[in-house]
Amino acid sequence: MSTVSEHIRPVAVAGGPDQGLSPAQLAAKYGLSVSGARPSLPAYIRQLWSRRHFIVAYSTARLTAMYTKAKLGQLWQVMTPLLNCAVYFLIFGLLLKTGRGTPHFIQFLCIGVFIFTFTQNAVMAGTRSIADNLGLVRALHFPRACLPISFTIIQLQQLLFSMIVLLGIVLFANPPLMAWVLVLPALGLQFVFNTGLAMILARVGAKVTDTAQLMPFILRTWMYASGVMFNIQNIDVPSWARTLLDVNPIAVYIDLMRYSLLRSVHSDILPAHVWGWAIGWAVVVGLGGFVYFWKAEEEYGRG
Amino acid sequence: MAEAPTMTEDAGTITRERIPTVIVDGLHIVYRVHGAGSGKGSATSALSRIVSKRRSPSVREVHAVRGVTFTAYKGEAIGLIGSNGSGKSTLLRAIAGLLPAERGAVYTDGQPSLLGVNAALMNDLTGERNVILGGLAMGMSQDEIKSRYEEIVDFSGINEKGDFISLPMRTYSSGMAARLRFSIAAAKSHDVLMIDEALATGDAKFQRRSEERIRELRKEAGTVFLVSHNNKSIRDTCDRVIWLEKGELLMDGPTDEVIKAYEKENKR
Repeated sequence: MSTVSEHIRPVAVAGGPDQGLSPAQLAAKYGLSVSGARPSLPAYIRQLWSRRHFIVAYSTARLTAMYTKAKLGQLWQVMTPLLNCAVYFLIFGLLLKTGRGTPHFIQFLCIGVFIFTFTQNAVMAGTRSIADNLGLVRALHFPRACLPISFTIIQLQQLLFSMIVLLGIVLFANPPLMAWVLVLPALGLQFVFNTGLAMILARVGAKVTDTAQLMPFILRTWMYASGVMFNIQNIDVPSWARTLLDVNPIAVYIDLMRYSLLRSVHSDILPAHVWGWAIGWAVVVGLGGFVYFWKAEEEYGRG
Repeated sequence: MAEAPTMTEDAGTITRERIPTVIVDGLHIVYRVHGAGSGKGSATSALSRIVSKRRSPSVREVHAVRGVTFTAYKGEAIGLIGSNGSGKSTLLRAIAGLLPAERGAVYTDGQPSLLGVNAALMNDLTGERNVILGGLAMGMSQDEIKSRYEEIVDFSGINEKGDFISLPMRTYSSGMAARLRFSIAAAKSHDVLMIDEALATGDAKFQRRSEERIRELRKEAGTVFLVSHNNKSIRDTCDRVIWLEKGELLMDGPTDEVIKAYEKENKR
């Protein structure tokens, strides 16, 4: 091998006017840019916008692929939430009879579970979105934020099926309310919040691969603090803890959804400024998560 | 040798300036592999590691590219050769900006692209949807895909034996799937194109067709990189060859010279 190493780079040294320039100077002279460098934030947003069709196609494809091997196929999109509701009805409604103090307890419970599951699944999928798709990240060029956003859209699509089932149950149990149109802004805000959270955890999960193992425990704690299975207003806690429980983003989004769909939940029992908190959380976590994710754009893909 | 044409050489022709398209400057690439290594994988050893703040022995660093420097110019077709695991594919990915550099830098003109979309395709989806998904993943617009859809499907020859494009890709034979993947990947033209070996797959007829398509892509692209173990295909397509071994640049020069040295080395 030593015989050939003397021939090193006979072509690489350019003669003529470029002689003596360092590679960096040569690159500057011909306007070459560093490959794989992080684009500026506005440029990144433009790139992301130009990939919007890819984001939608990718999430739809993942969702379709999920049930292709089941005989009932896409019917499972609706069957899964329906069966979930049936299980809760069986256990909490018929066996335990827990919700005596809460009217329409099954609807109350289903709303809590569906809304919490949306955030939970978005967080879990977001945490794995880079780590599980290294093949894609290492083969093709696209703004990496496409991945956590796609995975949150998949969860949103699944939640929409759940909501249709839920709306059916709610409408069946008690006559419709005008407030149900508020479902849409509430879901929109929660989607923005979840996307931001998914992007934060995508970055963390890409660097610290143990995050995916740890997250279920954090999420379970969060679930019990969010009043998914019980009415959080009924528990007796000091006032500082009450404030914390009231501003907890998931509790805020669950409250809004229950207020929109259940007649028994009136606006006077909602915590103060609940819409303000819902918007605030969405803006802060949504924007913050996006910027945080973008800051490490060029580092995704290292094993 | 790099002979820069001088003004005095030929008064009739304008000096052709050599425009660099890819500059690789002292590039180092390091992979970190988790859960490999020979260290004991038991929970207690992991715990004692955390307590003593030692770095996990199961994280191994693979130094895949070690200080490579070269400049590629417009109109060049460069072959990359070297034994398995010498860092050829890693180098290509670094040029494409897909792997972050540990040290050094890669400067490029525009966005170099690897030829390949395999990672974006899903076996459970129909060929039809995979064409669209693959195209979008490569950054084509919806209109572009719509206008080239027929072309892609015809090129792949998937529908020659019936309507297979509307079946899930998992039902395809491995040859058919490879043909569709190549057809999707080759649908887009690039400024700097990088082709990793084992491209021409499928039967003899399809191989001929795909080689033809690669030649077309080469014409459209400014600079082409080709990784291959087939010295004949390198000789046919490349005018310059870079020889990598153990992540280091061993030789860089005209095709004949480098391939001769490479073959001599391998005979030993």
